[in-house]
Amino acid sequence: MTGTAVEMRGIHKGFGGPPVLRGVDFTLRAGEVHALAGGNGAGKSTLMKILQGVHRPDAGVIKVGGREVSFSTTKDAEAAGVGMVFQEFSLVPTLSVARNIFLNHEPRRFGLIDDKAMVRRAGEILAGMGVDLDPKAEVQKLPTGYWQLTEIAKALALNATVLIMDEPTASLTKTESEALFALIERLKANGVSIVYISHRMEEIYRICDRITILRDGGVIFTEALADLTPEQIVEAIVGRRMEHALEWQERDAAPEPGAAPLLQVRNLTAANGVTDMSFSLRAGEILGLAGLMGSGRTELMRLLFGIDRPVSGEILLRGVPAGIDNPRAAINKGIALVPEDRRLQGLVLDHSVRENLLLPLLGGLTNRGVVNDKRGDGLAAGLIERLDIKLSSPKRPVRLLSGGNQQKVVIAKWLGREPNVLLLDEPTAGVDIGTKTEIIARIRELADAGMAVIVISSELAELLALSDRVLVLRRGTVTADLDRRDIAGEESLQLAIQGV
Amino acid sequence: MSETTTPPAPPSPSSATSAPAGPGLLRGLDWRQYAIYIGFVVIFVLFAIFLGSDGFLSGTNLLNIFRQTAIISIMAVAMTFVIAAAQIDLSIGSVAGLSSVVAALAITASGSALFGVLAGLGVGLVIGVINGGLVTFLGMPSFLVTLAMLGIAFGLAQLITASAPVPILNDTFNAIFGGGNIGPIPGLLIWTIIAVALGAVVLAKTRYGRQVLATGGNRVAAEYTGVNTKRITFTVMLVSALVASVAGMLYAGRLESGRYQWGTGDELSVIAAVILGGTSLFGGAGSVIGALFGSLLIGLINNGLILAGLDNSQQQIIRGLIIIVAVALARKK
Repeated sequence: MTGTAVEMRGIHKGFGGPPVLRGVDFTLRAGEVHALAGGNGAGKSTLMKILQGVHRPDAGVIKVGGREVSFSTTKDAEAAGVGMVFQEFSLVPTLSVARNIFLNHEPRRFGLIDDKAMVRRAGEILAGMGVDLDPKAEVQKLPTGYWQLTEIAKALALNATVLIMDEPTASLTKTESEALFALIERLKANGVSIVYISHRMEEIYRICDRITILRDGGVIFTEALADLTPEQIVEAIVGRRMEHALEWQERDAAPEPGAAPLLQVRNLTAANGVTDMSFSLRAGEILGLAGLMGSGRTELMRLLFGIDRPVSGEILLRGVPAGIDNPRAAINKGIALVPEDRRLQGLVLDHSVRENLLLPLLGGLTNRGVVNDKRGDGLAAGLIERLDIKLSSPKRPVRLLSGGNQQKVVIAKWLGREPNVLLLDEPTAGVDIGTKTEIIARIRELADAGMAVIVISSELAELLALSDRVLVLRRGTVTADLDRRDIAGEESLQLAIQGV
Repeated sequence: MSETTTPPAPPSPSSATSAPAGPGLLRGLDWRQYAIYIGFVVIFVLFAIFLGSDGFLSGTNLLNIFRQTAIISIMAVAMTFVIAAAQIDLSIGSVAGLSSVVAALAITASGSALFGVLAGLGVGLVIGVINGGLVTFLGMPSFLVTLAMLGIAFGLAQLITASAPVPILNDTFNAIFGGGNIGPIPGLLIWTIIAVALGAVVLAKTRYGRQVLATGGNRVAAEYTGVNTKRITFTVMLVSALVASVAGMLYAGRLESGRYQWGTGDELSVIAAVILGGTSLFGGAGSVIGALFGSLLIGLINNGLILAGLDNSQQQIIRGLIIIVAVALARKK
């Protein structure tokens, strides 16, 4: 079966700010598995959301199966045969597999849901996928690998001929991933076309036929994978961006290699996936954590901040067991966390900037039980000035600030406590480039002043610009502990992350 | 405010950072924040005009409104903390009833007012620890825990008194709890003022109060910022039950008896008062003074409708409608 399943031509899309997609052409052949790759903000998810009918393009033509289409809703896209396997599972955990597969499309008899037909047809779809799964099983009692398969069955139940898979193996074990790859082969043989979004090079090479690489809203190239080396792909994803702030400078204040460690982690293992991790960190040092999603980066920070507890191993501060049982203990030991999701984990969005800044400092502001609001105002004003937070009034809700300024609030609230160890999980995600530059400069200043910093960033350019040392993590363990001077550039780090 | 709006200039670090707030929006915010006070004044003036000749404005009548709403107001202070922390307590009415009969039985048995008070507070302590413990340490939803406790406390109160009222003949107890006056001021008014003043200061001015609001606003962010959110949740549930037990003794003192029906259904009036007062049902924002006015507004409406000669069924309907309108006006956009 040859032909074109999807053709997108000259797609433009913006959301008010700079354009996210600038004239993207994307062609999906019938029966192929097509990788879509690119860094954060390259435009992958926007392009796929247009194909799913979530967004409408500002300009451009979309053809599915040769017919020009214009989707206003995901229902339109489903009707045209475009299905999506969600990264965040869209299943109802308390319902059975069959009920999830036919959610909103239940077969009916006399107006009522025909459970028998539903179970039978779900069984047929699962059998067609070569999956041994009881359609009556409750989804929440199944391992996550089966959730993914149920998602795929759900798309197939709508007669999808085009499937979009976004990081489908992110939460799967190795065996579950193998089962998924076998299923993809099978679907391909049945003429289903698949768009496969992934950062994992080995998977892309294993199951995809062609790859399209996006950067800054434009297509760099579409090529057959057989003609490409991993280095070429990484280079295309990374590009040659020359942003001054993102250039690494060897810091004067970078600690001597012989200095005594402030933080030591020994053979740390926990139920959250961290396995036998060891490393150490000196005062004034910036340590970058590199790795894919699920490699144990965020999980390590959760252990260091007392959100999760280790099963074995130890965390030492200045050579003494730190005794971090919960975030309060971590904070009292001088550890601060700027969490991954500032809106859900970092801020009380409806509260004012001032309240958010003062929350960790209330203990020091209290006099005979009553908070000294005058001193609080002064303290908040000082923090706002120190990080140059742009706002009309500190008394207005923090949710009204831009993402970058919200992030500055999360960082600023800790500075009043003068932590020794600052943990930053994706500190510049969703932050505009101007603010990003400022945040990077502040982090350097804090380290220069003697703070030990651990930073996670999916943007390798940023990680390399900041770090004195980089730990490469894979599947919960440290696979490399690299001095920044020994890393040639983004490409070699990307290859180390991929384990190529 | 429009001069603070910067055009979407190229990515300069000083580009517009906060959503521009038009004057209309700001005025809207203020108006909603003060909806309860405006509503209170409007209804008061309406009643004064139309019911002035029926004695609405007489000193006795106005003091009566305070007296009748006092116990609801006191429980509303504690409920403000509970709801601001994004929890709920449905058991307060029954806890008040149970506390009233336990205090009455203890006084009858011992002849000591002090012993009665301790027994009444003990009811609140035990139930508060159970409610708070189940919500905090077993992670059960407070709605379910306190709904179950509502039934348990009510049943217990009925059981230990064989459904009969228990008279309280101790004059000291009756004078302290609700019955007596200090000069022209009813004792219940003093209780209300103390509770409201204490609650307002603690919620708005202390570290504990700020931590309650942070916990209700975003529990995860509060926890990650060093707030002991479990302690906060536990203590708001505990204090709510303790205050309900005091409320039960106020019923007992005022009516000179312990009775399992005292407080029945109060939880709904209390929650209505708190929400009317501008506390967010989803947590994170709360006003104790607002709750007081919410409670007074409900009392005002009840009083006015009685003076207007409406029967109980009509009162219920109109009260419900007024609450819907008030909450609709005060809701956050």
